[in-house]
Amino acid sequence: MPLLLTEEQSMLRDSARGLISDHAPVAHLRKLRDSRDETGFSRELWATFAEMGFAGLLVPEEHGGSGLGAVEAGVVMEEIGRTLMPSPFLATSVLSAAALTRAGSAAQKSEHLPKIASGKLLAALALDEGAKHRPLHTSLQAVRSGNGFRLNGAKAMVVDGHVADLLLVVARSAGAPGERNGLTLFLVDPKAKGVAIERTIMVDAHNAARISFDNVEVTADHVLGEVDGGAAVLGGVLDLGRGAVASEMVGLSEEVFGRTVAYLKERKQFGKAIGEFQALQHRAAHLYIEIEITRAAVLKALQALDSDPAGATAAVAVAKARAGATATRAVQEGVQMHGGMGMTDQFDIGFFMKRARVCEELLGDANYHAAQLAAMRGY
Amino acid sequence: MADLDTFRRETRAWLEANCPPEMRRPMTSDEDTFWGGRNAKFSSEPQRIWFERMRDKGWTVPHWPTEYGGGGLDGEEAKIVRQEMAAIGARAPITSFGISMLGPALLKYGTEAQKREHLPKITAGLIRWCQGYSEPNAGSDLASLQTRAESDGDDYIINGQKIWTSYANYADWIFCLVRTDPAAKKHDGISFILFDMTSKGVSTKPILLISGRSPFCETFFDNVRVPKANVVGTVNRGWDVAKYLLQHERAMISGMGERGGSRPLGQVAADSIGSDAQGRLDDALLRADIATFDVDEAALAAAAERMVDLAKAGQGHPAFSSAMKYYGTELNKRRHELLMSSGGIDALEWESERSHEGARPRAWLRTKANSIEGGTSEVMLGIVAKRILDLPGA
Repeated sequence: MPLLLTEEQSMLRDSARGLISDHAPVAHLRKLRDSRDETGFSRELWATFAEMGFAGLLVPEEHGGSGLGAVEAGVVMEEIGRTLMPSPFLATSVLSAAALTRAGSAAQKSEHLPKIASGKLLAALALDEGAKHRPLHTSLQAVRSGNGFRLNGAKAMVVDGHVADLLLVVARSAGAPGERNGLTLFLVDPKAKGVAIERTIMVDAHNAARISFDNVEVTADHVLGEVDGGAAVLGGVLDLGRGAVASEMVGLSEEVFGRTVAYLKERKQFGKAIGEFQALQHRAAHLYIEIEITRAAVLKALQALDSDPAGATAAVAVAKARAGATATRAVQEGVQMHGGMGMTDQFDIGFFMKRARVCEELLGDANYHAAQLAAMRGY
Repeated sequence: MADLDTFRRETRAWLEANCPPEMRRPMTSDEDTFWGGRNAKFSSEPQRIWFERMRDKGWTVPHWPTEYGGGGLDGEEAKIVRQEMAAIGARAPITSFGISMLGPALLKYGTEAQKREHLPKITAGLIRWCQGYSEPNAGSDLASLQTRAESDGDDYIINGQKIWTSYANYADWIFCLVRTDPAAKKHDGISFILFDMTSKGVSTKPILLISGRSPFCETFFDNVRVPKANVVGTVNRGWDVAKYLLQHERAMISGMGERGGSRPLGQVAADSIGSDAQGRLDDALLRADIATFDVDEAALAAAAERMVDLAKAGQGHPAFSSAMKYYGTELNKRRHELLMSSGGIDALEWESERSHEGARPRAWLRTKANSIEGGTSEVMLGIVAKRILDLPGA
């Protein structure tokens, strides 16, 4: 398969780009931030997303979705990355839709997936607990109680946690933190007794929440997939999410780079455009090369997620690690090359730096994924 | 797609049946490379068998037309052959500047007679080529070259000196840049010409490098007579041919670090350094460096694949090979720094059978030329800044 977008995928990109650049330029994020918007994104725009088939992009057609794959999800995420559009797409349409599709019972799927596709249901994956992404270190406890389970513990960095209609909670039903066996996914109503949600305002002005679970009762019907066997499903879902976030970072990097090169051509000092200085030319050229190589690595991972999901893990680790390192470089060079203007809130470039930092932590940073690759390669 | 699946199955079966097991092991010394040419010697029987089978199949250059001894495969099929060879760790049957550099330029700019004369001898490994580009005063500023070609009836008389001519002392023919119009602006008076290295007046002198080896020569031309019919492309437009060829050279150099099928670098390091109870390399910082290297190497492989696919789709940027050359050579230098660090004091041995006559340190030192030859890293970044980013004054 050529490492290029197909014609259909290019058309999808064009329509996503048109919609997002028209309705959600960076000014859209700025406005949501400055008005301390309670939702954190535009519900109106999300309804349009659903009408265009984006909300249900990964939802199978029999459940009202488009039945598309990782490459298409990446295409949309890349456009989201260009304008930093706050959107439920990652949490609801990628992570939650994939988890429900892969692990859900017939009843769970037909209850939730059509609503995701129509934009009526927002869902959130409650996974991380500590400062760093360590899925197997999950310690939130699920103890059997009657016909169901009782949940105790706390989650952090739950994307869209404060607006979600449904929480997908990763809990430990057996074994010790660090072990692969003993993880179980639960579908939890955020309004259930014992669930406390605190919206956390983050550096990037995107949605996140801390959620605590105090003796929250869930029935056996709310188990998503196999009891104690959640790691297998979770692994595939997280890989998909990593590919999606890596795509967002490619879009973000390219946009920052484009703005920076434009500035190098326009800003004059010492009587000439600063882009005439070789010190800056070589750094800009290097950054361009890093971004192009990362773009290829990310597309490689997305294609692998569609053609051979189980074998995609190494490619995904490469993609997320590269995307993190590249975006970090892009935003740092972006601010530096914009000089003092890059430090001002009035200028958009800082928004990209902040979002890149969050994307880097989401679903594992470059160190995490490089270490995963080392372990896979036996050293 | 079904046709390609069939092609892949047949390719796999053919390679399985025809690639000797010895030719599926990573190369360990210079002798493992077969270069072809009039004085070619095979270092082993399996090397001979492998080369001849691939030659007879047309797969020394799978994507060249069959009338010139190629395999006549399209881009997708050629990619499958590369992938299936990599999957079993098959060595290249021949390494040849005729294939990687001159051939593409001849296919684009050569006359039919030139193609028919030279390409079949390249695919069959009969003629070994070298490249006469750099001169003592024309390195990064290649277009300032001074080797003269003066008209004399149907011939040119060539005088001058080239330097860094790879393996000139083993080569049968040279493709060479010469100045045919000294009055023109520097890019406009250059021609691209081919001649036999046994011509009267050609001499070579190997240059001893820091690796203790001499892959490069100084090459001298003293009244060398060459037919005008040997000019490729238009007289005085040789710079176009030169640049086109450089794109292929850069793509080749960027791929020099690729190691299909060999052991992961981290495991090579663990052989010398050891691992902890969890199987992690017993040097946490080196492990981190190697892991980061592995990430970048895998990403570069994807980018190389994408570059080929973009070119096939007519969407490639002609200057992108400079980007790949820059990144690939810097990465290869990193690989060899990591190999030296991984080997510790064992990697310092220079003369012994145990060390294969210092194979590791000599290879490490050789890689330092990667970011100089074929255009320095700084020149590559300048090309990207100018031709792709369109930065002012670049």
